[in-house]
Order: sequence, then structure tokens, then C-alpha cells
Amino acid sequence: MTRAWFLLAALALFAAPLSAQDAVPPAPYANVQLPDAAQEAKAHALMLTLRCLKCQSQSIADSDAPMAGDMRSLVRERIAAGEDPEAIRAWLVERYGDYVSYAPRVTPLTWPLYAIPLVLLAAIGLVLRRRLRKGDGA
Amino acid sequence: MSEIKPPSRWTLWLPLVLFVGFAGLAMSGLFRPAQREVESAMIGKPLPQFTLRAAVPERPGLARSDLADGKPRLLNVFASWCLPCAVEAPQLATLQAEGVEIVGVAIRDRPEDVAAFLARHGNPFTRIGADDRSEVQLGIGSSGVPETFVIDGQGTIRYQHIGEIRPEHVALLREKLKEVGS
Repeated sequence: MTRAWFLLAALALFAAPLSAQDAVPPAPYANVQLPDAAQEAKAHALMLTLRCLKCQSQSIADSDAPMAGDMRSLVRERIAAGEDPEAIRAWLVERYGDYVSYAPRVTPLTWPLYAIPLVLLAAIGLVLRRRLRKGDGA
Repeated sequence: MSEIKPPSRWTLWLPLVLFVGFAGLAMSGLFRPAQREVESAMIGKPLPQFTLRAAVPERPGLARSDLADGKPRLLNVFASWCLPCAVEAPQLATLQAEGVEIVGVAIRDRPEDVAAFLARHGNPFTRIGADDRSEVQLGIGSSGVPETFVIDGQGTIRYQHIGEIRPEHVALLREKLKEVGS
């Protein structure tokens, strides 16, 4: 038991400098849901597809970073003000580039990702047709 | 089935070539340091509208209108809780001593913490705005602290320096300021 307490105390010691960036109270809607359930659902769906810039493998919905909290509040406040989720995404992409969004887009750089499977499927179809026809003939 | 010809000699090697190519790509990705910095897409665009309260009593706060008076300056995004921000303090002091105007944006910081930080590391800022909700930071496409932006006289973002300013970066910032000043 004493060992557990000692461990806790040691952890608290290390945690102190980290908590400094939380010294200011979080933005109003960082950890508070919107009163309107439909708006909150819209905001949450958008938050799941926005990248936390501090912890780049997490969405802002999953991240505990203070900056992600500020981004959540920004998303919720804009949704509450009646803004379209895609407009909010566009606003962030304008500032951080496509990297901030997890939702894939077709761009001059990404179109092969969508085209290659179609081309492969077409090629497989052609090969199969040729083989099947040969099979008929035999 | 006898009509199907055995694959020609070069196609036999194709899977191996593909494998070696893929393995090479994977290895090069493993050994090359990854680009973890997110660059702002706001370079060349005007600063957004904002008004921030003063972060410390000794300096006025910061608004968009303070940054479009014809004079180029540096906008330094920092925080008292950020260790690299202390590392870049001597470089900011050098630039300030040369007559460069530097304004600060303190991210999620209490006045007493900012004051203690400035007392310890020096205060190169003419104005310091308190950005309690990352409003300006998100507005200019900054993703961390410290970051330093070169702002021209019209309030347009012209250059972004990500991370602490080390002594070897001072000359580049000086040059960027000169470019936008002329």
C-alpha cells in the first residue's frame, strides 16, 4: 500500500510541469457537449475526422491535448452557430492543408488511389473472359 | 490448357523485382526521419481579425489592427510552459537589439506565469496578446509552440519558422524581414 502511495506521489511530481499548459480553464465547449443532441452528433462526426496537430495519430475527438480541446470547442461553437460541418473542415484545411483532415479527397495527387483498383478490376475481367472463352472452345 | 505459353524469361523475375523495390521503399522510409511538422498554409495570406487581451500588465495586448501600420515585424507564438521557448530567448533578444519589432502571442497562459517567464528569460516583446483558446494560433495555421511568423507592413503572413530559433536561424529571419521591408 505504501509503495502504491509512493508511486502515486512520484507520478504526481512528474505530472506537475505537464499540467502547466492546462493552467488556463479550457475553452467553453472543449469537454462539454452541445445541448442540442442533433448538433452534438454533427459536431462529433466532424471531430472524429479532424487530426489533432499535437498528437498526429489521433483525432481531436480522441485527444487530451489542450490544443485539441480548443479545436473541439471551435467545432462545437461553429456548429451551434449554424455553420455547415464541411465549411468548418474547409476553414481548417485552408490553414493547415489536407493533413488536418482524415476524410480522403480526390486531388491531382490522390486520384490514382481511386483509379488503380478500377483499372485492375477491368484487367482481371478481361483476362477471365479470355480464359473462359478458351475453356468453352476446348 | 496446352495453349497457355510458359511465361517468358523476364516475367519470371518480375515478382522479385517488385518485392525488392517495395522492400527498398520500406527501408528508406524507416531510415529517413519523418516530417512531423505541419506547415501553415497561410503564407502569403493576410492575418485574420483578432483582438487579444494583454498577457501581462507591463505590455499592451495585441490586435490585428496593430500589425498593419507599414512596418514589418516578427510574431512569436510562445508559452511560459514551453521549454524550447526559453531556448530561443537569446536569439529573440539579439533581433530585438538590432531594432526588429517583435510581438508575442502567449498560448493558454496565466499572467503570473508569463511574467515569471519574462523575468527569467528577458522580454523582447513590444506587445503580448493572451491567446487562451488558441484562437489566433488556429487562425494562422500554427500547430505548436514556439513558432515565429514574419508579418509584412500590410499584416500579411510572409514566412513561418517552426520550432525554436537557434543561433543559426537568426540570419535567415533577418533576411526575410529585409525582403518584406523593402
